[in-house]
Amino acid sequence: MSTVQRLTRVMSAALALAVLAGCAAPTPWVKPYEREHLADPIMSFNRDPVANSYVDHVFETREGAHGATGAVGGGCGCN
Amino acid sequence: MQLSGAARAPRVPAAPTLSPFARTLLALAVITAPALGGVLPEDRADVMWHYYNGGDITVEGPEVLVRKKVGDSLSFTAGYYEDMISSASIDVKLSASPYHEVRKQENGGIDYLHGNTTYSAGYIHSREPDYIADTTYYSISQSMFGDLTTVTMGYRRGWDQIFRDIKDPDGQIVNDPTFHQRADHRGYSLSLSQILTRNAIINLNYELLTDQGYLANPYRKIRYLSPGGLGFTLADQVYPNTRTSNAASIQWKYYLPWKAALTAQYRFFHDTWDITANTVELDYTFPIYKRWLFDTSVRYYQQTHASFYSDLFPRADYQNFMARDRELAAFHSYDVGAGASYQFHVPGAPWISKSTANIRYDHLLIDYSDFRDALLAAEYGAGNEPLYRLNANIMEIFVSIWY
Repeated sequence: MSTVQRLTRVMSAALALAVLAGCAAPTPWVKPYEREHLADPIMSFNRDPVANSYVDHVFETREGAHGATGAVGGGCGCN
Repeated sequence: MQLSGAARAPRVPAAPTLSPFARTLLALAVITAPALGGVLPEDRADVMWHYYNGGDITVEGPEVLVRKKVGDSLSFTAGYYEDMISSASIDVKLSASPYHEVRKQENGGIDYLHGNTTYSAGYIHSREPDYIADTTYYSISQSMFGDLTTVTMGYRRGWDQIFRDIKDPDGQIVNDPTFHQRADHRGYSLSLSQILTRNAIINLNYELLTDQGYLANPYRKIRYLSPGGLGFTLADQVYPNTRTSNAASIQWKYYLPWKAALTAQYRFFHDTWDITANTVELDYTFPIYKRWLFDTSVRYYQQTHASFYSDLFPRADYQNFMARDRELAAFHSYDVGAGASYQFHVPGAPWISKSTANIRYDHLLIDYSDFRDALLAAEYGAGNEPLYRLNANIMEIFVSIWY
């Protein structure tokens, strides 16, 4: 068996294990019926999408930093 | 001899083929992957009026966002946004003329749920008299481990066209026919959302952004020391044509026993222009009575200046790249905000399951560390003017309905 074949076999096994791990294990430590609080709208990170995206735009046009906020936008309107 | 030489030539390995074992594992992985978690956005419409006033700039306008599911696996999003801008900012007063203009933005998007995987794509078009921006974005979201973990990968691509307005001989504002620049933007994001306990959830986000092309503001100028007059002369900015940025953030949300939520967020940013920024934010959300929901927030932001930024350069052509955009200056800012949401019933509209009227106000204070009020040069002398400070009021009023 060549090195390439061995590498392919190992990577395939790792990929399959990683994906299958989502089905089999681990057992969820917060059961679906225990997620009442998490399902409350006040626990949403983006409860009001129009207001959040607007405020992100205000900051983005006035600061040097951007990204990692989940907002996507275009244009400037900033001078 | 030639034949024997050929015989000793290194053997070129055949293209590797997968063994049945590997093929089976890969096939299993591909078939199983979409059968995990995911949800579609709620059917919802928002209509908002936004208002910003600060630094002699007023920006206001409407925004509308509508989301609607079609069947069990498709959801469509459409939006419209407008900025009506009246600007006599410090930059405009120094090197241009006060102006009024409108920026309009339309967006459309689609979310597709397959198994429990959500695929999303969208398009945004923004235009103003001197700037056109087109952006597309794509993402795939997958939840796993009994929906405790959700991983999202995203990609976005933007194409900007930049123009410069001038006054023609008749006094009309037109695009300068000699100026038409382009900029391309790419963003690669990876985020992980994790349920920690029955009361706590955490988000980890990372985004790599690359910008290429004309990245400066064509109206703004640098200034350099010169004898006579105000003690300085204005000149065009010269920006690098590329920029690569890394941003990483962590968001943590906790449900408090009295039915309130506490959110803490931190973001770290660094780019190839040597800007390093830190953002910290705390939010507290709490209901009062049955129909009212209140929000309060405090946000602190701090950044270092870009390596080619200076408020006042020693002389013309001092270095290859020179900028005086205050977004590239060193500064810190505070934002304090509060909002209220009132849930009401719409009579005669049984298809509306929930509706809210909302208002939010923020006060933003930016303290610049190396950006001076050059308009006061005659009084204080170039380079000795007071540091600039921006105070801004930001407001949003909006109505949301769920159906």
